[in-house]
This record gives sequence, C-alpha cells and structure tokens, in this order.
Amino acid sequence: MAATDSHAHGGDHAHGDHGHDHKPGFVKRWLFSTNHKDIGTLYLIFAVVGGTVGGVLSEIMRAQLMFPGNHVVTEGQEWNTIITSHGLLMIFFSVMPALIGGFGNWFIPLMIGAPDMAFPRLNNISFWLLPPALVLICIGLLMGESGSGWTLYPPLSNATYEPGMGMDCTLFALHLAGASSLLGSMNFIVTIFNMRAPGMTLHKMPLFIWSELVTAFLLVLAVPVLAGAITMLICDRNFGTSFFDPTGGGDPVLFQHLFWFFGHPEVYIMILPGFGIISHVISTFSRKPIFGYLGMVYAMVAIGVVGFVVWAHHMYLSGISVDTRAYFMGATMVIAVPTGVKIFSWIATMWGGSIDLKTPMLWAIGFIFVFTIGGVTGVVLANAGIDEAVHNTYYVIAHFHYVLSLGAVFSIFAGFYYWIGKMSGHQYPEFWGKVHFWLTFIGVNLTFFPQHFLGLSGMPRRYPDYPAAFAGWNFVSSCGAYISGLAMLVFFYVCFRTFTSKAHVADNYWGEGATTLEWTQTSPPAFHTYLEMPRIS
Amino acid sequence: MNVKRRNAIVGSAVVATIIGMVGMSFAAIPLYRLFCAVTGFGGTPSIGLAAAPGASGQTIRVLFNANTNPGLPWSFEPDQLEVSSKLGEEQVAFYHATNKSSRPVTGMALYNVTPERVGQYFHKTACFCFNQQTLAGNQTMEFPVSFWVDPAIRTDPTTADVKQITLSYTFYRSLADAEKVGALAKAGPHVGPMSAADLAALKSRTN
Repeated sequence: MAATDSHAHGGDHAHGDHGHDHKPGFVKRWLFSTNHKDIGTLYLIFAVVGGTVGGVLSEIMRAQLMFPGNHVVTEGQEWNTIITSHGLLMIFFSVMPALIGGFGNWFIPLMIGAPDMAFPRLNNISFWLLPPALVLICIGLLMGESGSGWTLYPPLSNATYEPGMGMDCTLFALHLAGASSLLGSMNFIVTIFNMRAPGMTLHKMPLFIWSELVTAFLLVLAVPVLAGAITMLICDRNFGTSFFDPTGGGDPVLFQHLFWFFGHPEVYIMILPGFGIISHVISTFSRKPIFGYLGMVYAMVAIGVVGFVVWAHHMYLSGISVDTRAYFMGATMVIAVPTGVKIFSWIATMWGGSIDLKTPMLWAIGFIFVFTIGGVTGVVLANAGIDEAVHNTYYVIAHFHYVLSLGAVFSIFAGFYYWIGKMSGHQYPEFWGKVHFWLTFIGVNLTFFPQHFLGLSGMPRRYPDYPAAFAGWNFVSSCGAYISGLAMLVFFYVCFRTFTSKAHVADNYWGEGATTLEWTQTSPPAFHTYLEMPRIS
Repeated sequence: MNVKRRNAIVGSAVVATIIGMVGMSFAAIPLYRLFCAVTGFGGTPSIGLAAAPGASGQTIRVLFNANTNPGLPWSFEPDQLEVSSKLGEEQVAFYHATNKSSRPVTGMALYNVTPERVGQYFHKTACFCFNQQTLAGNQTMEFPVSFWVDPAIRTDPTTADVKQITLSYTFYRSLADAEKVGALAKAGPHVGPMSAADLAALKSRTN
C-alpha cells in the first residue's frame, strides 16, 4: 500500500521544505484529505464540474431562445427548472468553490507563510459537503420539480405551486452548500487572524488575503440568514407552518427581505476574491506594486459593510414605500465609490508600468472592461424610478452577467493562468491561453451586450419564448453563447496541454513583478510547506 | 497564548456569530411585528382602548374595503362604502357577512390602512377583527368597527395632504376551523382570539 511508504522518509527533516513530500496513498490523500493544497485542488475540479453542468444548461437556454417559437425545451416547467438550476449551479457550485474554496485554500496559507489551514479536518468536511449538495441540486433538476427561479420566492416555491420532492432537494442542497461555506469561512478567518508569518501585520497582508478575509466575514454574516429563510420555507412546505403564507398570518415579502439580506452580500462574496486576484495579476504584469494599497484594502472593507444595507434595491416593486426606496437607492449608489476606487487604482497601477500582455493580464484587463460595464448598468438599475421600468427584464440579466458571469469568471481564469504553473508545476500553452481569452471575450460580449437592448425594449426574463420583435438580438446573443461554449472547449484543451506538458517551471516564473510569498516556494510547492516560518521585514 | 488556544477563541467567536445570525433571521418576525405596531409602519393601525380626544373642526374621508379568501365560504362586504369622519371623534362603521355554507364556519380578519404612512394616526378602539368570528350555517351578521383618526395627522408634514384613508380587511378561515374540515391547516400565532396576556400588554401600553 502506498500509505506505508509515507513513513519511509519520516525521520528526514534535515533539508528544509523540499524533502517533505511524503504524500499518503490515493484514497487517504484525496478522500480524507486534510492538506490545504489538495483540498484546493478538489474545490477547483469541483468548480469545473459545476460550471460545466451550469454552462451546458445555459447553452440549452440560448438554443431555446435563438428563434421565437423554438421547442428545444418542451414545456414551461422544464424551462423553469433549467433556469433555477443554472443560477444555483453557477453561484454555489462554480464561482464560489473556485474563488473561495479553490484559490482560497491553495493560496491563503502559501501567501501568509502558514503551514496549512487552522482546522484541516474541518476543511475536509467543508469540501465533502459540496458533492452531495450537487447531487441534490441535480435531482431537483432532473425531476423537473424546482422551478421557482434561483431566488426561491414563495409562493412559487411553496407546497401549492411546487409540490414535488425535487424542490425540497434543492432547498436542502442549499443548506449543505451553506454549511460548507460557513465552515470554510470559519477556517479562513481563524487562519488569517492567527497564523500569519511573523512580521506580516494586517496592513502588510497581500490584497488577495484581504479579499478572502472580507469575503469570509460576509459569508459568516449572510449565509445563516439564508439558512434561516430556507428552513422556514421547508417548514412551510412540509410541517404546516405559515411563515410566508398570508392565510396563516405569514408574509411572502418576509422571504424576499431575508433572501436578499443574504443575496446582496452574496454578490460581493462572489466578486471580492476576484478583486484580490486581479490586483496581484495587474501588479505582477505591470511590474509595479499595487497603486494605493490601503485604499484598496479599505475599499473592499467598505464594499463589504455597505453591501449589507442595500438589499431592498432588489425589491423596489414589492410594495415598499417611496422613502424606503429613496434610502436604498442612495445607499446602493454609495457602493459605486469604493468600487470606483478599485477600478481607478488598477488603472493607476498599470499607468507607467512595464506591461506584459501575458494571458493572465489579458483576463485581468478584460475583467476591468466587463466589470466597469456591469458596474455602470448597476448604477442605472439602482435608480428606483428606472428600475420600475426595467425590473425583471433582460437589462437586469445583462447587468448581473457582466459583473458575475463575466467579471467573476474572468477573475477565475486570470487566477487559473496566473497560478496554474505554481499549482501544477507545468506552464499553460501561451498561444492557446490567448485563443481562449479572445474567444471568451468576444463570445460573452456578443451574448450579453445585446441583452441590454432587449431589456430596454421590454423583454421580460424567465420566459422560454418571446414576440418576434425581439428576434434579432436574441439570435446574436445565442451565437455569442455558442462562441463562449467553444471557448470552454479551448479551455479544456489548455488544461490537457498543461497537464501533459513535460516541461517544468521555475519557482518564480513571472519574474520580478511577482513578490508575494507563494513565489518563494517550488512549483508545484512541496506537500508540506513552511516547516520553518518565513519572516516578513 | 499558543496558537491552538487562539484558534479556539477566534473559531468559537465565528460559531457564535453564525448561531446569532440564524437566531436573528427568526427573531426578525416578532421584531418586525413589534416595529410595525409601534410605528404604524406598513399601514398598521394603532389598536387599543385609548379614548378619542374629541372632535376638532376638520374631517377626512374614510373608505371601506372588504376581501374574502377563497378558502372561506363567506360573502363579506361593508355596509357603507365611505364615511366622512370628524378628526378626533370616535365613529362606528359596519360590515356584514353571510355564511354561504350550511355548517358553522369560523373566520379571522386581517387588516391594514392605506396610505400606509397614516397607520400611526388611525386608531381602532373596537373591532370584529380583534377576535375570531363564527357564523352558523347560512347566518348573516353585522360586524361593527369603532375607530377615530388622530387630528395630529394634519400637523405631520408627511400626512398633512392625505384626504382619504382606506380601511381594508381580508377574512381568512381560522386554523382550527380549517383543520376540522380538512382544509388548509396553516395559521400563524395571531389567528385566534387575543390571549389574556396579550390584552393586558395592550392595555398597559395604551393607557
């Protein structure tokens, strides 16, 4: 058994980090893993699986919407289930596992000089809660019984309108995914607070660590509220309570408040780690330290704090009063200020830098481009008066896909290309990485930019069909989706080429721009790193 | 302090925060209800025994609206569509309901006023909606509601322009009744007569 040879080098502590690769056997290493790098790898693989299932669903959706009167999806409920699962898969089973579980687990200990996460076994549980959650989501999808939309609003999700067990599976899946991210963020917070290398004060921490720390705080404060709301929903559905049922004195709008108290911080949970990655990539490939480090840190903290007091801008049409809307409108627009600080600091970092347009940098610049577009439409949507007209139209779809589907996903790919050499020891093929970027960039912009026009002309979201007047831009949008799908295949080819490559990369293959601690380690890093604590001066 | 101990402290703080936030999400319901009752938010009228201060010269139109949940086999309507109410003077209006089924049915009315911002100035001193109501098979009954509008409504700049108030009721079948007939067996805590403790709390707050 392979596990036995892990003891063979047990007494060999003589020569620093590099001799300590006593890896356990396959089952022990991957199923009972307590190593932050292995768990990070599992998360990244999981994110690719979740993203691929969610991506296939989006291709089905665009195929259905390519022409009016299409019948790719045969009935409305089937459509409802597909859009619900697409949203939940992409958020909970792709973006979050990649940015938080994947890169977070891999690089938090490496960047702060810690040997591992604070609670390695807890880390193992956080990952292994996710696969059963994915199975439950897929049960809801395949049974065709979870058609409430990802927002799960009652009455759409209550026992009257969604009576099947599939809906309960979907709700329980969210419970599991929520528990997973709570345990994960607990680990992150403790690790970052207690296990930094001597000399690394909070104000010397890399921006990626700051972004994961703020994200972990948002998770700890937001996810329990979602857990409370879906517990109430499950009780309403199965145990005769009426939290959200007016017949028994409940209030369906209560669910919207609870959901968005979680849901709005959730969008920052998805984008903040991306902010961190983008900062490192821009700084590395401009060969300059990041512009305005402290401003960047406190911009993220401010986004996190203000993100908790703007939730009702998702509910302008739920009957809330004019004064309430005025408040939420003002508070929402305030968020544009710290976000603007970040955008301008990235640009200022590039200004006068010695810019090297390697693939990660392309993704980072692409990120700034799409995120700014999404941010601008966000400020438009923040206006309660305008939102009255474009609420629940494709304008909203275009907006949140620009910040999340493009913004967050671009940051994931930036991180992938930036760190894949560090994680695997093999460099990606530069040419195919660039092909991947340009195909994706053209594809996603072609998909989502026309949706602004569709939304402004009044096309509502969540429908499987539309009047012929909307045909033109829907066709363009679907073509864009196919190009993005093709780009995904290029990504798989890039992975194939990377992992089958024979060449090995150096410790710091990006050169002088890459200054954080992970670049002092070998590529790939030893199974156990930092047996001796690094010192930060 | 060693790292293990510090980890346990920070970890426990995070767990406590998580538990606290779950608790807060459930506490949101009673807290919001209390908030509405105190501020009149969302068109929640002030209910209680506070006496009207006596008529002032001004009047306001009060409109009456009635809705019936389909689960309740009643017809439910106001006797008068509107009244002109003197500010500060207590007034009685009537609704009537007929049980269209041949067996006794118990219902409970939920209520609010619009515009929502006048909730705090609309006082209900007695109302059929404070208790469950039971109608025998095919019985018709008159339901009185006694209310007064606070003259302060004219001095508050956010409500000074209000010319009319709509008082709205929706009658639902009560939990116990629904359970008896096997209909929707769902109801919240406020469905049913006020408990003695609730009444005492109400009196101590309003007096």
